[in-house]
Amino acid sequence: MKNSWKIFPWFALLVLIPATARAMHISEGILPASWCVLWFALSAPFVAWGVWQITRRKQVDPSYIPLIGIFGAAVFVFSCFPIPVPVAGSTAHPAGTGMSAIFLGPAASVVVAFISLLLQALFLAHGGLTTLGGNTFSMGVMGSFSGFGAFLLGRMLKLNLFWCGFLAGVTADLVTYFGTSLEMSLALHGTQPFLSVLGQIFLAFMPTQIPLCLVEGAVTGGILVYVRKHRPDILRKLRVIGEVSQ
Amino acid sequence: MKQVLVVLSMLLFLGTAAVAAEQGKQEEQQPKWPGVDETVVGKYAKELGRPPRDPYINTDQGDMLLFLFALAGTGGGFVMGYYWHKIFVAGKKDQDREG
Repeated sequence: MKNSWKIFPWFALLVLIPATARAMHISEGILPASWCVLWFALSAPFVAWGVWQITRRKQVDPSYIPLIGIFGAAVFVFSCFPIPVPVAGSTAHPAGTGMSAIFLGPAASVVVAFISLLLQALFLAHGGLTTLGGNTFSMGVMGSFSGFGAFLLGRMLKLNLFWCGFLAGVTADLVTYFGTSLEMSLALHGTQPFLSVLGQIFLAFMPTQIPLCLVEGAVTGGILVYVRKHRPDILRKLRVIGEVSQ
Repeated sequence: MKQVLVVLSMLLFLGTAAVAAEQGKQEEQQPKWPGVDETVVGKYAKELGRPPRDPYINTDQGDMLLFLFALAGTGGGFVMGYYWHKIFVAGKKDQDREG
């Protein structure tokens, strides 16, 4: 009970330091129309799968709804929360989809990413409506599934829970930015070699993303450890840990 | 191990602040703390011939965007806090009572 309140200064921090977003979302007008349509078409089945998964899981287990509330809001806030990175002298934001994929499932995590990106495109001049499919694919699909895969790999390698979460957070963040680089280089490389453009864009993200992905990994791992300590039944229900928690 | 990670992360952030400040002095004309949307996405999009254009609903006007971000942060923080309390405070009490 006492320890639960320790988390509130962090929430207060999130609320009290809003600022203009500086992020990895692909802005309006960058992707040509054909690529916008393609990324929408590729993202749509994952969003539909996620909606189906959420509907099914909340019928089976009503306690799934508060989890959607927490991690849906977390993805929204994290993905428009610019964090200054002194090593690069610029700001960037985490994705949060590694964490939501663990707690909600990767397909449901795509849905919360899609809704977050839609709200940001509509009201926060952040990302874009035409590039919503592309941004959903990089942050939602690639971020969630890679983060979840990294978490499962960590469990298979018998790493402890913190390091499994750390791996998920780091992977989701880096793969999200790789997805953005991939989408931009596929659409815009023109006469230049595709791999060279991809490498240039992805490497340009690294000065901000390497420190930031470590923070995202530590936060994801920390939250998993916190949940195991205070509500291990949630992790057991999600089959994240077995009967004997590690 | 976790403490080492925290200390290393803090050193990484704090130790490089001086370097960034020095760079900032040399690049006075450039905006401070630009986001990677400008330094990477916008830069490469411009170089590759597809510069970003204004959003369809352009809220980036004066302090309007600041207001909306404050609202989004408050709303998001409230939703997280509400459900966090439901699960980790009220839910834990219920669980302890049952257990």
